[in-house]
Amino acid sequence: MDRLIGGLLRGGVILSSAVTLAGGVWRFLQAGSVMPHDRVFLGEPAGLRSVGGVLRGVAEGHSESLIQLGLLILIATPIARVAFSVYAFAVAGDRTYVIITLIVLAALAASLAGWQL
Amino acid sequence: MLGTLGPLGFTLALLVVAALAGFLGSLTGLGGGVVITPALTLLFGIDLRYAIGASLVSAIATSSGAASAYVREGYSNVRIGMFLEVATVFGALAGAALASRVSTSVLGVILGLVLLQSAWLSGQHHEDKVEATSSDPLAVRLRMDGEYPTAQGMRPYPVQRVKAGFALMFGAGAISGLLGIGSGSLKVIAMDRAMRIPFKVSTTTSNFMIGVTAAASAGVYLNRGYIDPQLVMPVMLGVLAGSLGGARVLTGASTKVLRWVFAAVVGFMAVQMIVAGVRGKL
Repeated sequence: MDRLIGGLLRGGVILSSAVTLAGGVWRFLQAGSVMPHDRVFLGEPAGLRSVGGVLRGVAEGHSESLIQLGLLILIATPIARVAFSVYAFAVAGDRTYVIITLIVLAALAASLAGWQL
Repeated sequence: MLGTLGPLGFTLALLVVAALAGFLGSLTGLGGGVVITPALTLLFGIDLRYAIGASLVSAIATSSGAASAYVREGYSNVRIGMFLEVATVFGALAGAALASRVSTSVLGVILGLVLLQSAWLSGQHHEDKVEATSSDPLAVRLRMDGEYPTAQGMRPYPVQRVKAGFALMFGAGAISGLLGIGSGSLKVIAMDRAMRIPFKVSTTTSNFMIGVTAAASAGVYLNRGYIDPQLVMPVMLGVLAGSLGGARVLTGASTKVLRWVFAAVVGFMAVQMIVAGVRGKL
């Protein structure tokens, strides 16, 4: 079980880094002369703000969306770990901790879906 | 300061600084994330909100990277971690919600204070002493007691003051969501000092929780447009590469001097952040 979780975390990080790096290299090949605008805060465009928007951007071939997809995979890695723990506690018949873990999972999913306090 | 670089130079400079932060952070156990935000704002002149987004994503990367190694060693307590994550996740959501309503100057000052606390914690000497007292009844009901490997074999430990730990964890989560850091040092305080869990168990369990806490706020920051792919890409990759390198060197290297040096760097950046915040330059 522990080895599986370790593998899941490592796999998530490696996949995310690979996708992010690929997006970054592609970005420089595509538009190397565009200067980052980070000194003034404008906020990212809508297409880079949500899971759906990022996926659409990747399908349309935007390099920035591909980088963002890599970051989304990274954010999803600990969430997948929590989801896996729900399963592990259920198999162990530990009902209290299944509920506790589900609460954590629900909050994480709601946050990623755009729900805010 | 580094604002005159071209786009490729800018990205490479970010990569190098992030790798150095990750390397020193993992070598000293402080975590590279704590210095990312001040480095990006003070050195590169990046807006604090973008810097916070980048720092948050780096915290997830280092936490997951390190946890994949720790999880097999049998130190981290998954029950305690999962129970306390309820507090940190909701704390993080509250902190992230608050972040958009607080001025960047105030955020800078709070970050400076948290950095000072991290630097102070790293200078402390820790001994694992398990006082053989009985556990909090709540801990017994939640079956939190565990055992951890020591030189003398597996050693059981009791868990104290669960409610106090839970409340402190909500605070740690809120700070994490507000400032985009893992706030590992605050989590360690809650577990080590309040709940009296052995230090090694506290640090590894805290590391396991950082990724989940940061993922909760990352969703909010993403939706708010604080996560800029061009900026986060070099920072995340740099911190990850640096911290993996640091973890490799860790065995054998004498880290005592390095700890002091890094604590001094963190302390210096903390003061700079507070000064910049008070002067309204963030």
